[in-house]
Order: sequence, then C-alpha cells, then structure tokens
Amino acid sequence: MTGPADIIFYLLAAMTVGAAILVAILPNIVYSAIALLFSFAGVAGLYVYLSADFLAATQVLIYVGGILILILFAVFLSNRISDVKISNPSRFHWQAAFICLGLFGILSYTAVSTAFPVKAVLSYQPTTSEIGELLMTRYLLPFEVASVLLLAALIGAAMLSRPDGGRGRPAEMEEPKR
Amino acid sequence: MNPLFDIAVSVARIAVFFAFVFGLVVVMTWVERKGAAYIQDRRGPNRASIMGVTLFGMFHPLADALKFLFKEDFIPDGAHRLFYQLAPMFALAPAILTMAVVPFGPPVTIAGKQVALHIADLNVGILYLFAVSGMAVYGIVLAGWSSNSKYPLLGGLRSSAQMISYEVSMGLSVVGILMVFQSVQLSAIVRGQGELLFGILPRWGVFVQPLGFILFVTALYAEANRTPFDLPEGESELVAGYHTEYASFKFSMFMMAEYIHLVVGAAVLATLFFGGWQFPYLGDSGFAFPGGISVAVPAWAVFLLRIGSFVGKTLFFCWLYVWVRWTIPRFRYDQVMRLGWKVMLPLALANIFVTGIVLLLIDRGGF
Repeated sequence: MTGPADIIFYLLAAMTVGAAILVAILPNIVYSAIALLFSFAGVAGLYVYLSADFLAATQVLIYVGGILILILFAVFLSNRISDVKISNPSRFHWQAAFICLGLFGILSYTAVSTAFPVKAVLSYQPTTSEIGELLMTRYLLPFEVASVLLLAALIGAAMLSRPDGGRGRPAEMEEPKR
Repeated sequence: MNPLFDIAVSVARIAVFFAFVFGLVVVMTWVERKGAAYIQDRRGPNRASIMGVTLFGMFHPLADALKFLFKEDFIPDGAHRLFYQLAPMFALAPAILTMAVVPFGPPVTIAGKQVALHIADLNVGILYLFAVSGMAVYGIVLAGWSSNSKYPLLGGLRSSAQMISYEVSMGLSVVGILMVFQSVQLSAIVRGQGELLFGILPRWGVFVQPLGFILFVTALYAEANRTPFDLPEGESELVAGYHTEYASFKFSMFMMAEYIHLVVGAAVLATLFFGGWQFPYLGDSGFAFPGGISVAVPAWAVFLLRIGSFVGKTLFFCWLYVWVRWTIPRFRYDQVMRLGWKVMLPLALANIFVTGIVLLLIDRGGF
C-alpha cells in the first residue's frame, strides 16, 4: 500500500527518529532539549496517524507541555550547564553501547513477537471513554501502582529540595518579615 | 460527495475564524488603551489629539502598526541567533493553533449538507486546547534564554514556572465540566448547555460548576500572563520581561500571540461556561420561556441570534481582561505560586470530588 498516507507515516517516523538521534549526539544540552521537542511531536503525530487521538493529545500535554519544559527550566537555571564540557561529556561509551543494544534487543523482540490486534476497518471513534473504562476496571492495579510510584517520586523530590538534602529545616516559604 | 465543496468549506471556515480572531486582536489593542484611559483617568487615547482630531484614539494603534513595520529589526550582540529568531514563531504558532477547536455557531445546512461551524471538531477538543496552549511557553522560555540578558531570563523562568503551575489547576478545573456534560468534545459540551436546569436556568457551565468557573478564569489569566499574573513581564521589576530585547516585527509577534491567547481564551470561556453559541431559552424553532410562553422565530434569525450570542460573550470576556488589568494590581511572585499550589489545586480537586458525589447521587436518586 503506497499513497499519501504512507508518505506522511515515513515523514513522521523520520522526524521522530532523526530528532531522537540529534538528542543523543548534539553537544549542547539546550539543542538536545529542542530536538527532543520535535521527537515528542513526531510520536504524537504517529499516534494521530493511528487514530489514537486521546494518546496524541496527552503525549503533547504531558511530554511537550510539561516534562520538557521542566527539563529546560532546570537547564536555564544553571548557567554553566549550557557549557559544552559540563553538559554533555562523552564518557562510558562501551557500557552505554552494551546497555542500549540490550534494550534494543528486548524492545524489538517484544515488538515482533507480540500479536497486535489489527482493526480490519478503519474507524475514527472517540477512544477516550474506552481508555477511561479500561483504566478503572481491568488495568486498575497497574494504574494505581504507577500513581504510587509517582507519589513516591514527588515526596522524594520534596525531601531532596530541602536544604542539606533533607536533613535540614524546611525552606522558609512564608512572606518576608518586615 | 464533492471534494471541491469540502475544501471550499474548510478554507472558508478557516478564513472566517482567522479574520474574526485577528480582527479582534487589532480591536483589542485599541480597546486596551481606551479602557486604560477611561479606568485610570489617563490622558491617553481619549484626549491626545493631532491638531484637534482624536479619531476615537485610533491614532495609537495605527502608530503602533507603523512602528512595528518600519523599526530596525536588530539582534543583540550576545544573543543566540537561531533561537532568538525562532522564539517569536514558537510563541505565535501555538496561539494560532488553539483557535481550531472553538465552535462558533450551530451546524448549518448548505446545499443539502451539514456544515459544522468549527475549524476542526476534534473528539479530544479540550485536551487539544490544553496541549497546544501549553506549548506557548516555549516561545517565552526560548526568548528569555536566547536574549542573553538578565531580565528576559528572569521573565522566561518566571513564566515557565507560573504556566506549569497554573496549567495543572486549569486542567483540573475543567474536569467538573467534562463530568457533567460527559464529553471532551467542545461541540458536545455546547449542545449539552442548551437544556434547562430545574426548568428555569439555562444549563450553562457557570451554573452547574460555579467553583470550576472561578478557578478556570483565574488560571486563564495566569496562563495568558495578564494582570494580576503578569509577572513574566512585570515592567517595574523586569523592564519588559522576556521580550525586553526584541524590537520591530518580532516584538509584534509576541504581542499578537498574547492577544490571540486572550481572544481565544475569552471564546473558550464562553464555550465552556456560558453556553457557547446557545442563546438563553432559544430552541431551534423559537423562544420557549419557563412560564410556558413561546415565541416563534424564523430559522435565519435563530442562526443570527446564536452567532451573535457567541460573539457577544467573547467580546464581553475580552473586555473583562481589560477591566481586570487596569483595576487590580500585580501579585508578588511568591503569592502567585502560593495561590497556584496551595489554594487553586486543592479547591480544584475538591470540586471534582464534590461533582462526582453529586453526579452519583443524581444517578441513584434522580432528583
């Protein structure tokens, strides 16, 4: 099957993968962050292509609008991090290659061996209610486990951001005294 | 099925809505100055004149436009050239994209086909809106960083922290509306607001979700960087915040983005909480008042009344921005953050909780 739809798919895939490679090899971490933006946007585009509108919107909402902004925020707050030597030092080449290849193997094995349900007829039905229902019934336990994990991360971050890495007193958040 | 017809309809819809929003943007810059002059009793466009001619203060926006076009467009020495030039585009593009999902009228039948007055009636309309408007922060952050100057950087950081904080409460404040109308599609939400509540009130979002409405308005003002939340460009502290180093047309792109956010925000507010194009007590064939009185209205008049109702609500909320801006002073930054996380967020969560309980009770008891 070739046609405009295929061209769109390959454009989106090329954008996603190309931007992801740029994230890894660009020397400046700000460039990497902006490249990551395009990678996320490409993934959202792939979701749209698969008529998974809810996933696409949440992808943009969470990753582009939330997580990446926080990354940029952290980058900008420390002036020195945009210095090339500090931000993206190239170290641990072999270890990284080993881990990445292992991960690639696992992921591609899973992708190939899983039997994905293929819809015979393309339909653009709203997926929101279906996802909501499944999350609240069949996948309730994984959903709750993920929430607990996030809560733990939240508490950990709140602890770490106190002075002395959690051992000191809570930071003074009240109005300045006059 | 005539593909040409579909294309023509799409182009026409986009053209009309673009014209509406951009026209309002131009009008708003004028209204803003007039409003400031009236409210704060300034000289401004109300009395400043060229040889005795004030022309309703129209000289100010005209001078603005000329300045934006003809001033030198320079890039500061230490600026990051690529990102400095990309930032205004990053700011303007999401602002323009947000218009796509706002329904500005009921579906009409042209040449035997139903045409929705919508650029795109997405199934996930409201999520799309939040997702795209959340991207607007990139323009501000990049502008602040790439200018290589203290004040823009501070402005950019303030805005990213502020927008992330208020995006959370904004999303949660709308969940109540989604629960009541059982859809995330904006056209369905508007249709749901056509019914009556207890047989008297129109079933508008503001009546079924009063707390949600207050939270949403507050978050909207914070997201649009308007007073009392205009910390990212607080003149007295940061010169002009993130766009201090910008001039000429790039500066005007930031301004356009800000005003488009404002206009689209007003339209979304009207859509979610004030019935969108619904006119109170107006059905498809005429008015039906609660007392049993009904007045027949021809179909074209119904259509015009509905479009007019949407435009009128949008204009009112645009004016409300101006009104608030020149009435309320700016918050301090720690107050903004405290309000966002310690007041708005718990209230939004409580609102969802209470809405859920009430809906459950209605489901069980049916009152």
